[in-house]
Amino acid sequence: MSNILEVKNLNVSYGGIKAVKEISFVVPKGQVVTLIGANGAGKSSTLRSIVGLVRPESGSIQFKENELAGLPTDQIVSKGITLVPEGRRVFPDLTVLENLKIGAYMRKDSLDADLNWVHELFPRLKERSWQLAGTLSGGEQQMLAIGRALMSRPELIMMDEPSLGLAPIVVQGVFDIIKEINKQGVTILLVEQNANMALRAADLGYVMETGRITLSGSGKELAENEEVKAAYLGKAK
Amino acid sequence: MSNKTKMAWNAGLIVALLATLFVLEQVLPSGSMFFTVLKKGAIYALVAVSMNLLNGFTGLFSLGQAGFMLLGAYAYAILTIPVESRGSVYQYFDGGIIQFTVPVPVALAAGGVLAAIFAFLIGLPVLRLKSDYLAIATLGFAEIIRAVFQWDKLGPITNGSNLLRNFPSFKSVLYPFVVSGICIALIVLLINSTYGRAFKAIRDDEIAAEAMGINLAHHKRLAFVISSFFAGVSGGLLAMYQTTIQASMFKSAMTYEILLIVVIGGIGSVTGSCISSFLFIACSEWWLRFLDNENLYIGGFHVPFLRPGFRKVVFAVVIMVMVLFYRQGIMGTKEFSVEGIKNFFQTRFGRKKAAEGGGSHE
Repeated sequence: MSNILEVKNLNVSYGGIKAVKEISFVVPKGQVVTLIGANGAGKSSTLRSIVGLVRPESGSIQFKENELAGLPTDQIVSKGITLVPEGRRVFPDLTVLENLKIGAYMRKDSLDADLNWVHELFPRLKERSWQLAGTLSGGEQQMLAIGRALMSRPELIMMDEPSLGLAPIVVQGVFDIIKEINKQGVTILLVEQNANMALRAADLGYVMETGRITLSGSGKELAENEEVKAAYLGKAK
Repeated sequence: MSNKTKMAWNAGLIVALLATLFVLEQVLPSGSMFFTVLKKGAIYALVAVSMNLLNGFTGLFSLGQAGFMLLGAYAYAILTIPVESRGSVYQYFDGGIIQFTVPVPVALAAGGVLAAIFAFLIGLPVLRLKSDYLAIATLGFAEIIRAVFQWDKLGPITNGSNLLRNFPSFKSVLYPFVVSGICIALIVLLINSTYGRAFKAIRDDEIAAEAMGINLAHHKRLAFVISSFFAGVSGGLLAMYQTTIQASMFKSAMTYEILLIVVIGGIGSVTGSCISSFLFIACSEWWLRFLDNENLYIGGFHVPFLRPGFRKVVFAVVIMVMVLFYRQGIMGTKEFSVEGIKNFFQTRFGRKKAAEGGGSHE
C-alpha cells in the first residue's frame, strides 16, 4: 500500500507565531485519515499549508512523489487535491449549479459525468440547482461544499471540520457520505473536533496538540486510548 | 423559453430600439434635449457597466474610472485631429509632435488599449490592496493622471492644459448606441462565461475561490484590465460627444457620478446600470432644469428658493430618497429580460383569470 501524501517536518507560522511545529505524517492511498485535536492545535493550518493557501515555513509535502511545498494553490488543485474549507464557504450569491461548476474550474473537459455523480450522491443538490447557495440550510451547504470539491475529480479530498455547527442527525449524514466517497476510491484527510465520529470513521488517526502530533494509531486504537478518551471523548480515566 | 427564442427576442428588441431611434431622429428637431440625454446616457451606460464588472461582479471597489476615461479620450483625440488643423489646436506647441491620423474606430480601440495597458501596470501593485484601500489607490491614480496630462512638458503630445478640439465627432444618436451596445454585449458574454463565474466566486468568497484553484491575482488583474479597456472606449465616445476635451473635465466627481449610476441601478445588474444611466443623465441634464429658473411662476405664484444650481439640491434629495427606499438599487442583482416581463404579466393575468373562476390556467 502506497502513501498518497507524505508530510515531513512541516513548520507553519503566522508572523512569528508557530502554529505547526515539525510535524510528520502520512496518508495512505484509499483510506480515511483523521487529524483530531482541540482548538488552536494547528489542524487547519496543516490543511491550509498542504493546499498552498499558507506558505509553509519549512518541511516537505509530497503528493504522489511530487513536492508541493511552495507551489501556488491553482497548481496544487490541478494535481488532484481539494480542500473543503472550514465553515463550508459556499458562494452565497451563486446558484447551486454555478457553485458546482466553480469546483471544476481547473478542468477543461466535459463536466456532465461528474455532475451526474455529484447529483447521485446528493439528490437534494439536483432539486435545488437554481437556488442561490446562500439560501440553503447548513447541512445542505455542507453537502454543496463537498460536492463542489468532488467536481475537480480529486484523488485526495481534505475536509476541515465538516461537522461544524450541524445537528447530530445531519452530522451522521455527512459521515455516511464521507464513507461513501471513500468507497468510490477517493482518499480522505479529515480534520475534526468531533473526535468520536471522526475516529469511528477513520482507518488511521493522528492527535495534534499545540502544533505537534502527540499520538497516532488506527482509528480504533485511538478511540480506546485512555488519554484520548479523557481529553476528547469526555470519558473519565 | 429556450435559449434560441430568448436570443431572437433580444435581437428583435435591439433592432426595434435602433429603428425607433432612427425614426425619432428624422422626426424630432436634432437639437432636442432628448437626444442629448440619449447620447450621453449611452456613453455613461458603457462606463457604468464596465465599473459594475469590477465593483459588482468581481468585488473590487475601484474609483479610477475617470482616469481611464481620460486616457481613452486623449488617445482618441490625439490620434484623430486632422493634420492640417493641428497647427491651430497645438498653437503653443508648434503643432505638436504627432503628425498622422488613424481612422475613428481604430482610435477608439487605441484609447481602450492605452487604458488597459495603464490598468495592467497599475494593477500589479494596487490589486494587492483590499476594499477601501484599493478605492483610495485607484482614486489617487486618476488624480495623478489628470495632473500629468496637464503638465506643460508633455504639451507637444497632450497640448498641456489647453483644449483639444477639431477631432471627428458623431451626429447621429445611433453611433454611441451601436458602439456602447457592442461593448456591453461583450461584457455580458464575459460575465456569463467561466471567467465571469470565477469573478463572481472571488466576489463572494476569496478564500474559497482560491481553494478551488482560481488564481486570485490573475483574475483580478484580468477584470481590472478589461473594465479599464471599456472605460477607455467610453472616454473616446465622450470626447466625440463633447467635441472638445480638456484634462480638467475628468475630475473625481465624474467617477462618483458613475458610481452613483451603478449603485442606483443595482450593484451586480448590467441592465440596471443601463437604465439608471439614462435616468441619471435625464434628471441631471434635463428634467430638473426648470428648478434653475429663478422666475418660475405657477399661476400667479412665484415659486421661492429657485435659482441657478437649485436642481442639484433637489437632485441630491432624490438620490438620498432612492438610497433609503431602494437599498438594492432599481434592479438589485436581477436582470431586465423579456422573460421577466412575460412572467410578470402572466402571474398578474393568471391571478385575474383564477379570480374570475378561470381555474384552467396554470
